[in-house]
Amino acid sequence: MAEEAKGGGLEFHPMDQFIIKPLFGDAGDTVGMFTITNATFWMAAAILAIAALMILGTRGRAVVPTRSQSVAELAYGFVYKMVEDVAGKDGLKYFPYIMTLFLFILFSNFLGLIPMSFTTTSHIAVTAILAMAVFLAVTILGFVKNGASFLSLFWVSSAPLALRPILALIELISYFVRPVSHSIRLAGNMMAGHAVLKVFAGFAQVAAVAPIAIFGVVAIYGLEVLVSAIQAYVFTILTCVYLKDALHPHH
Amino acid sequence: MATETTEAAGAAPGMPQLDFTTFPNQIFWLVITLVVIYMVLSRVALPRIASVLAERQGTITNDIAAAEELKQKAAEAEAAYDKALADARAEAGRIGAETKAEVQAEIDAAIRKADAEIAARTAESEVKIAEIRDGATAAVREVAKDAAEAVVAAMGVDVDKAAIAAAVDARVKG
Repeated sequence: MAEEAKGGGLEFHPMDQFIIKPLFGDAGDTVGMFTITNATFWMAAAILAIAALMILGTRGRAVVPTRSQSVAELAYGFVYKMVEDVAGKDGLKYFPYIMTLFLFILFSNFLGLIPMSFTTTSHIAVTAILAMAVFLAVTILGFVKNGASFLSLFWVSSAPLALRPILALIELISYFVRPVSHSIRLAGNMMAGHAVLKVFAGFAQVAAVAPIAIFGVVAIYGLEVLVSAIQAYVFTILTCVYLKDALHPHH
Repeated sequence: MATETTEAAGAAPGMPQLDFTTFPNQIFWLVITLVVIYMVLSRVALPRIASVLAERQGTITNDIAAAEELKQKAAEAEAAYDKALADARAEAGRIGAETKAEVQAEIDAAIRKADAEIAARTAESEVKIAEIRDGATAAVREVAKDAAEAVVAAMGVDVDKAAIAAAVDARVKG
């Protein structure tokens, strides 16, 4: 790759950063189910970071919080209030799971912004599992809590009778598209941002545009920091909205 | 090297995200990760933060209640102080009035006493003056009798002392 760059031709490999490779052994080894890969490493890093913030940060249990405890409490209060406001009081039972999702996505996104790191949430396999877990859990929960009346979610009783079947069809489609949009939104945002960063970094090889490219990297990096937090927030609040639909399906 | 890897992994220049051979691996580790995070949060972190927040809320509520109580106490103390002040003022006024009345009474008594004394003295003096005046009248009468007797004797007439005395008395009285 370096030789090619020297050869004069610009070589972009913006997608190389997303390659999953075994952490130990040869780079070309096949990736089995239990192979420890870079994805494994960065997921473990997310676990450690979350544990550091939420457990080490709060170990003082101080009434007047330290800085790290205050951040942990802020995250707790933020998600707790979101669940309470959006899903209602009875949604608070599922608060730990929503908190898990939020912190995992937030920390994965931020860890992915460390140069040379790997962004686990840029992979559709990861976000699809996250979204499908939410979708299945919410659907099953809806039927368990409300029985057949959960289907009234698709029957817009406030609309004119003639429109209701059409609306039901639209509602049904939108319901099943939810996990797709839910997962692709996150993975797409993360992937696109990181790919754009790499493209700008690639342009920095050319002396003439290097200053602009480097400025671009900085600007996009700033944007990505924002996007990382916003996407974690969006994923979480949509989870709360879906949870609300499951708990209170009547419009 | 990366290119080789890509080729070896079969992802080609396309999206590594769509390399399905890595999906089982990612899904496996993701599930493990989520379970670990869930355990860490639900067993340790979230109950701890909830208790800290509850404790803080309790502390704040208690402090506010204590502050309210102290404020009330302060208001009570102020009221008590005001009352004491008003009482003291009233007491002072009462004592002042009493003292004034006493002093007035004393002064009145002293004046009355002085008046009585003056009156007594005046009466005494009047008695003395009367006595002196009476004494003078008697002396005048005596002198007049003596003078009359002498005049009568000089004229060679028997001195009838009683008649002279009566005549003199009648004259002096008149």
